[in-house]
Amino acid sequence: MAEPIVVVGAGPAGVRAAATLAKAGRSVVLIDENLRVGGQIYRQPPPGAERAPEALYGFEAAKAVAVHRALDGLAVDYRPETLVWNARERVLDLSGPRGRERLAFDRLILATGATDRSIPFPGWTLPGVYSLGGSQIALKAQGCAIGRRVVFAGTGPLLPLVAYQYAKAGATVAAVLDTSPFAAKLKAAPGLLALPKTFAKGLYYLAQLKRHGIRVIDGVERFAVEGGSVIEAIRWERPGESGRIACDAVGAGFGLRSETQLADLLGCGFAFDDLTRQWLPTKDAEGRASERHIYLAGDGAGIAGADAAELAGERVAWTLLGDTGGAVDAARVATLDAGLARIARFRRAIEAAYPFPTALHDGLADEQIVCRCEGVTVGTLKYQVERREASEMNRLKAFSRLGMGRCQGRMCASAGAELLAHWRGAAPDAVGRLRGQAPVKPVPVADPVEVA
Amino acid sequence: MTGQFIRLAARDGVEIRFTIDGAPATARAGDTVLTAVLLNRPSVGASEFTPHDRAGFCLMGACQACWIYDAEGARRRGCMTLIEPGMALFTKWVPSHG
Repeated sequence: MAEPIVVVGAGPAGVRAAATLAKAGRSVVLIDENLRVGGQIYRQPPPGAERAPEALYGFEAAKAVAVHRALDGLAVDYRPETLVWNARERVLDLSGPRGRERLAFDRLILATGATDRSIPFPGWTLPGVYSLGGSQIALKAQGCAIGRRVVFAGTGPLLPLVAYQYAKAGATVAAVLDTSPFAAKLKAAPGLLALPKTFAKGLYYLAQLKRHGIRVIDGVERFAVEGGSVIEAIRWERPGESGRIACDAVGAGFGLRSETQLADLLGCGFAFDDLTRQWLPTKDAEGRASERHIYLAGDGAGIAGADAAELAGERVAWTLLGDTGGAVDAARVATLDAGLARIARFRRAIEAAYPFPTALHDGLADEQIVCRCEGVTVGTLKYQVERREASEMNRLKAFSRLGMGRCQGRMCASAGAELLAHWRGAAPDAVGRLRGQAPVKPVPVADPVEVA
Repeated sequence: MTGQFIRLAARDGVEIRFTIDGAPATARAGDTVLTAVLLNRPSVGASEFTPHDRAGFCLMGACQACWIYDAEGARRRGCMTLIEPGMALFTKWVPSHG
């Protein structure tokens, strides 16, 4: 075969996939937008900002370092700072340090990861409001806090983790506002015991927040950030109680959403995942997409976390090797599958402990900005739905410009779909999903002309 | 002007001198452009659709809310670009950008 195998994404899934293929003697190109391998959760600081792994990754230091070193001594054609901005059939369009080029592939593994899932709230466009993952990157990759007095808000396992990491690093965390009710966590506890060590770490983070005197407020049903050129406070409400907490920065996130644009451009089939309320490219038990030369692994194929991503990355590499006449280590594959099954049980309990707070969308005022890039408001969306009968996401986009801005719906499409479904009294999967468009991220028009 | 970010972990690296809208500022090797600007200022530029400024949001190259102009007038993602000595950054387009 003349064309290489290409892996997109150098997080835990992509790195393990590339390493497994290289060890089997295959020619592999690993493409990643970041400067160094690790993805988001095991992100490495840029040169000059390095710190001890224990300071950066805590309990996960050994795992992070292992991922960072997984390619050492292997003949992987690793291309950092390179964006795959278009894909079709067996060709990728790249933009990177070498300019623009076209790369043909034989088989493709997509390990494209995830971003925070956002829900709009009053004040979320103010300077000083960051995503939860972004808040973590400021600390991990830059050794900085997003402000002098920070409130973390939202839901998901990242919420107590990032708050704990900030407190441990010496930042002032004014409070943690959790939209998930305490009862949900209690109910999910037996399922969380599927991974007792991970569960114990979660309890440890919460205990440490308490030790630092940080108030964790559960079951928050509404919040709003106040301020103008700087943030002044966050207001919160839950049944029978409300408050106002002075702060100059807010980190907010509501779980994660998979980055699926390339799978979409390549014509892969998608299905709505009820557990995480999002559209995902379909894959079989061995990681094959509906397009048989495409393989899927890691959070880009459904949120399951870094441990699962490592296992799935190696798993699809074995699948690919088997599909192309290579030897497969069946015992190793069985171990990987057993690990993935355990994490899947744990994930179901996590989603139950931190339910996606879709009710947060319902009470948003008409002037609330949903699309950050284009300033599209709830009122504008509502008008298009009620008067022009936009019944489906792509119609809503065409009418309102929601998802048409620079982020291409990464920050707003989830909220748009939840609002549209709510207004139409429909299930979230009934309103469809935004079609992928190239370039999947903005590329400079002035990039040098193709070199290949 | 106070910055939005504060540095928690001391940085040994060399001091890097750069400018924001012509005003001198300093950062450390390993800082992104976004970090470098936000350690000195509350924002990276005006928002096109709100009365308030932008100061980034996702920090992972997805939201595009940290764009800032370089000396040539090209828009750079602040969170994905490392600060370099002598960089001239602009929070808005200026005529010298041509």
